[in-house]
Amino acid sequence: MMRAGFADPVLDAQACFRAVLEAMARPGRVHRVAAPPEPPAPLAAAAAAVLLTLADADTPAWLDAGAGAEAWLRFHAGCPLAASPAQAGFVLACGAPPRLAALAQGTEEEPHRSATLILQVKALEPGAGWRLTGPGIEREHRLLVEGMPPDFPAQWAANRAGFPCGVDVILCAGDRLAALPRTTALEIG
Amino acid sequence: MMAPGAENRSREAAVETVTGYNFGYLDENTKRMIRRALLKAVAIPGHQVPFGSREMPLPYGWGTGGIQVTASIIGPGDRLKVIDQGADDTTNAVSIRRFFARVAGVGTTERTADATIVQTRHRIPETPLREGQVLVYQVPMPEPLFRLEPRVAETKRLHALADYSLMHVKLYEDIARTGHIATSYNYPVMVNGRYLMSPSPIPAFDNPKMHRMAALQLFGAGREKRIYAVPPYTEVRSLDFEDHPFVPIRADAACELCGSRESYLDEVVTDDRGGRMFVCSDTDYCTTRQGTQGSAREAAE
Repeated sequence: MMRAGFADPVLDAQACFRAVLEAMARPGRVHRVAAPPEPPAPLAAAAAAVLLTLADADTPAWLDAGAGAEAWLRFHAGCPLAASPAQAGFVLACGAPPRLAALAQGTEEEPHRSATLILQVKALEPGAGWRLTGPGIEREHRLLVEGMPPDFPAQWAANRAGFPCGVDVILCAGDRLAALPRTTALEIG
Repeated sequence: MMAPGAENRSREAAVETVTGYNFGYLDENTKRMIRRALLKAVAIPGHQVPFGSREMPLPYGWGTGGIQVTASIIGPGDRLKVIDQGADDTTNAVSIRRFFARVAGVGTTERTADATIVQTRHRIPETPLREGQVLVYQVPMPEPLFRLEPRVAETKRLHALADYSLMHVKLYEDIARTGHIATSYNYPVMVNGRYLMSPSPIPAFDNPKMHRMAALQLFGAGREKRIYAVPPYTEVRSLDFEDHPFVPIRADAACELCGSRESYLDEVVTDDRGGRMFVCSDTDYCTTRQGTQGSAREAAE
């Protein structure tokens, strides 16, 4: 049986969007999705909520979460599924993520036409781990992310060097989320 | 105890929520499209993201861009303040505030400190904004280069190349002609050292408030169909020269109502014999100051 999406599609999507907007505006701050949907495994609450909030018929999505999750997303968001991560506006990775450089980067004139990578990780903890600096951060935010590929900081440095082009990342763990816009500098703390 | 001016400030509380519209007036597809644009705008500070601006129940030029941004972010828990040139009680501000009270059922306020979302036309409130607040600007013309380069395709290329020499030449010509940079509003800024951005027609006096502001700043241009943003704590530098540094302009007077020498002033003509007075443009700031002065005077008596 198809599992439920947002209980209140209008207000739950609004609350989730504000969490994502705040997360993107203050990189490294961890937010909780208050009223998440009930996605099929391995999709967790926050990642599923972000997709339902932002994806629709205009945004091809690519995900590695299996046929159950794809059918769930197709039903609730109505978004087309991209054949490869490079063609997707939203890329959701539950397992090993595709390389950032393999995703849509946008162009120098239209850097907003880049992919958003939704990365489902094991845990997100503020106050320890990476040292983040850049727009949205007064001095320094710290974010501990469990379950990231070991070469992510190197990939991120390359992604940031391509500014204004580049990929933005939304990190999700359970019902928590944080974001890394392409402007954020990441140092291993 | 009621705060100073509380009676007349709550006069709009009786607005009824209308039925038959989606929450916040816009349909969900439109909100999602605007929300995606907003996220990319925050990720690329100062870059103009095109969006499919919708027809709104008021004409272009009345803040349709700001309204669409506000409608896409606002939730039932928000408290909205709307100002027009600093004033809460002008036609544009009152009708936009009533609009959201009707289509979203949200609480409204005239107090900057109480608001979670402040939609503004052409001013930044004097009271410093804090984290957790969002400032939404109504933008008539988002392209800072449009008077210098009318071709949109060309301005896009200039932004891609970060080639802003046209604007520097314009400021230089100002200095050559008048001895100073003769731009008193809509003064161009560099955001995060990369993008030249129009701050919307706020007075140059307000430009320094944008620099490393704690609140998130979102900009919506409805007719021109562009959204852009400045994340919190982001460097916003007014364009200038080493030997002609940027100077915010303020009338050399004190507010006749509250006596402020720090706030931005409006000049009001009072008769046809050259009489004039200066008053704060920010009505909430001025009323609050008059209130505290009044209660201090009462306490002294």
